Amino acid sequence: MSRAEAVPQGGAVAAVRPRVGAAGYAALFTSELAMTFRRARTIAMLGILAALPVLIGVVVRVHTGGSRGEGPAFVAQVTQNGLFLVFTALAVTLPVFLPMTVGVVAGDAVAGEAATGTLRYLLVAPAGRTRLLAAKFAAALVFCLAATGVVALSALATGAVLFPLGEVTLLSGDAIGVGEALLRAVLVAGVVALSLAGLVAVGLFVSTLTGSGIAAMATTVVLVITVQILDSFPQLHAVQPFLFTHQWLSFSDLLRERMYWDNVLENLGLQAVYVAVFGSAAWARFTARDITV
Amino acid sequence: MAGAPSAERSAGRALAGPAPAGVSGDVIRTSGLTKRFGDRTAVDGLDLVVPRGSVFGFLGPNGSGKTTTIRMLMGLIAPSAGSASVLGAPMPQSVGAVLPRVGALIEGPALYGFLSGRANLVRFDAADPTADPRTREQRVAAALERVGLSAAAGRKARGYSLGMKQRLGLAAALLRPRELLVLDEPTNGLDPQGMREIRALVRELAADGTTVFLSSHLLDEIEQVCTHAAVMSRGRLVVQGTVAELAARAQGRLVVRTADAEEAVRVLKEHGVTDLRLSDGSVDGLPPEGEAVLPVLCAALVGAGVRVRGFAVERGTLEDAFVALTGEGFDVAG
Ligand SMILES: Nc1ncnc2c1ncn2[C@@H]1O[C@H](COP(=O)(O)OP(=O)(O)O)[C@@H](O)[C@H]1O
Ligand SMILES: [Mg+2]
Repeated sequence: MSRAEAVPQGGAVAAVRPRVGAAGYAALFTSELAMTFRRARTIAMLGILAALPVLIGVVVRVHTGGSRGEGPAFVAQVTQNGLFLVFTALAVTLPVFLPMTVGVVAGDAVAGEAATGTLRYLLVAPAGRTRLLAAKFAAALVFCLAATGVVALSALATGAVLFPLGEVTLLSGDAIGVGEALLRAVLVAGVVALSLAGLVAVGLFVSTLTGSGIAAMATTVVLVITVQILDSFPQLHAVQPFLFTHQWLSFSDLLRERMYWDNVLENLGLQAVYVAVFGSAAWARFTARDITV
Repeated sequence: MAGAPSAERSAGRALAGPAPAGVSGDVIRTSGLTKRFGDRTAVDGLDLVVPRGSVFGFLGPNGSGKTTTIRMLMGLIAPSAGSASVLGAPMPQSVGAVLPRVGALIEGPALYGFLSGRANLVRFDAADPTADPRTREQRVAAALERVGLSAAAGRKARGYSLGMKQRLGLAAALLRPRELLVLDEPTNGLDPQGMREIRALVRELAADGTTVFLSSHLLDEIEQVCTHAAVMSRGRLVVQGTVAELAARAQGRLVVRTADAEEAVRVLKEHGVTDLRLSDGSVDGLPPEGEAVLPVLCAALVGAGVRVRGFAVERGTLEDAFVALTGEGFDVAG
C-alpha cells in the first residue's frame, strides 16, 4: 500500500518524513512537461513554427529564376539544395518567432500559476519552491528543443518536397554528403535551441516578479526585441558582446568544412552566464516571495 | 516546543492515536504571530493553540485575518513577527516535512480549467515528492469518490460549477490520509445541500482521527461541527476554547411564555431583568447573574397573577458570545 498509510500519527518530524523516492521526486518534471505540451497555446505556437518553413520554401520556389542573392541567409543555396532550407528557416525564425514562443512559455511559467491561484496549491502539496522552479526551467528548455526541432523538421520536409536534395556545398565551397549534412543540421538545431537558454532564464525571472501571466509574457517578448534593436546600434558597440542575442546567428560558422567554433562557444558561454545570473535571481526572488494570491 | 504540556487544553476530545512521548499534543501552535502588509496589520500577535483531534473553528468576519493566518501556517507567506509551528515543526522552515501530512483548501479552489477534474488531481499529487506514483491513480479515484465527483471526473474543470470546483479542491486535500486538514471557508459558494454535505464530510474525517482546522465567517456553521473555536476580530484573537465554553460565556436569555405579557414585563423589570423584549405570547430578557434568582422570578410572576405557560433559560449562542466579547455585530467588514 502507499507509504502514506504507514505514517504514524504525530511522530517526530524526522522519523515521519516519508522517504523521497526518485520517481516521486521526478513526477513534477514529467507533470510540468505534460502541462506545457498539452496546452492549446503551445500546440498553436508549434503549429505556426511548423508553417513558417513551408511559407519560406514556397516563396523561394515561386521566386526561383528571378534575381538571387538578396533575402534571408542561405536563400541562394536553397534552390540548389533543399537541405539549406533548414538553415534558412532557423536563421529567419531565431530573431523573432522562436524567442516569442519561448518568451510566452517562460514568462507565463510562474506568473500564470500565480494568476490562477494554482501556485498556492502546488506549494502546499508541497512542490518545494526550488524544485518547482527547476521543473519549470527544465520544461521550458525542452520546449526550446521542441520548437527548434519543429522548425528544422518542417524545413527539411518542405525542402525535400520543393527542391532537389543531394551533396551540400558548404559556405567554404567544399561539398559534403547528405548524411553528414543531416548531422550538421541536427548540430545546428541543437545550438539554436541552447541559444535560447539565456532567454528562458530571463523569462523565468520576469515571471517571478509579477502575478500576471500576460504581463510577464509581454515583458519578456518586448525585452527580446529591445535587446536585438540595441544590438544593431553601432554606438553601443561596447556592451553588445554581453547581450544574450549577440551571437545568436553564429551557428552559420558550423556550416564550413572545418567548423569554426569560437563564436558558437562564446554564444553558449554567454547563455550559461545568463542562466546562472537570472536563474539565481529568479530563485532568490521566488524562494523569498509572499504568495498572497 | 517538543514536550510543551498543553495543560490549558483540558477539554480536547480523545486523542486520535497514541501521541508519542515528547511530542506536543497540539497540532498548531502560534506565538505572537503577526503579519503586516505595508502599514496595515492583517494579523496581530496571534497566540493560537489547536489540540490534536479537535475540529477547530476559526471564526471571524470578512477581513479579520483568517486567510492571512492560514497562509502563514502553510508557509506561503512569511510572518512579520512571531512564530508558528504545525505538527510540531516550525513553519515556514519545515514545509517539506510537514505539508505532505496536511491537506489544505485556501481561499477557495484554484484549478487548471483546461484539464479534467481527474487530471487536476493528478497534477497536484505529482507536485508532492513524497506521494507514491504507483498508487496515484487509485488515490485520485478514491478522493473523487469521497467528494462525489466520480461522474464528472473526466470533464474539463472550466465547465464545473462553483460547488463542483469547491469539491475538487477538497478532493485535492484528501489525496492522501492526512493528520491535519486546513479548510478555509469550505462552504463558500455552496447551496444549503452542498453545505450539509461538506459538514458531513468534516464530521466523517474528524471521526477518522483527522484534526480539522476550519475557518468560517458563519457562526452557526462553527456551532454545528466544531469542538473548539477561536474568534478573530480585526487581526486579533478575541478568545479561544471549546465551543461549549465559549457559548457559556454568552449569557442565556430568560424566556417566559404567557398571555399576560405586559404584566410579566413589569414584574421581571422590578426583579432586575434587563433588555426585555416583548413578542407575541412571550417575553424575553437577560436575567441577573446566578441560578438562584430563577425560582424567585418564577414565584414573583405567579404571585402577581401572571399565567405562566413556559419558563426557560435559553442557552447562549456563539453569536451572543461574539457580540458580548467584541461589543459589535458580527457582520463588520474589516
Ligand atoms: N496581499 C495583501 N496585501 C495587502 N493587504 C492584504 C493582503 N492580504 C490581505 N490583506 C488585508 O489583510 C486583512 C485580512 O485579510 P484576510 O486574512 O484575507 O481576512 P479573512 O480571510 O478573515 O477574510 C484584510 O484587511 C485585507 O485587506
Ligand atoms: Mg478569507
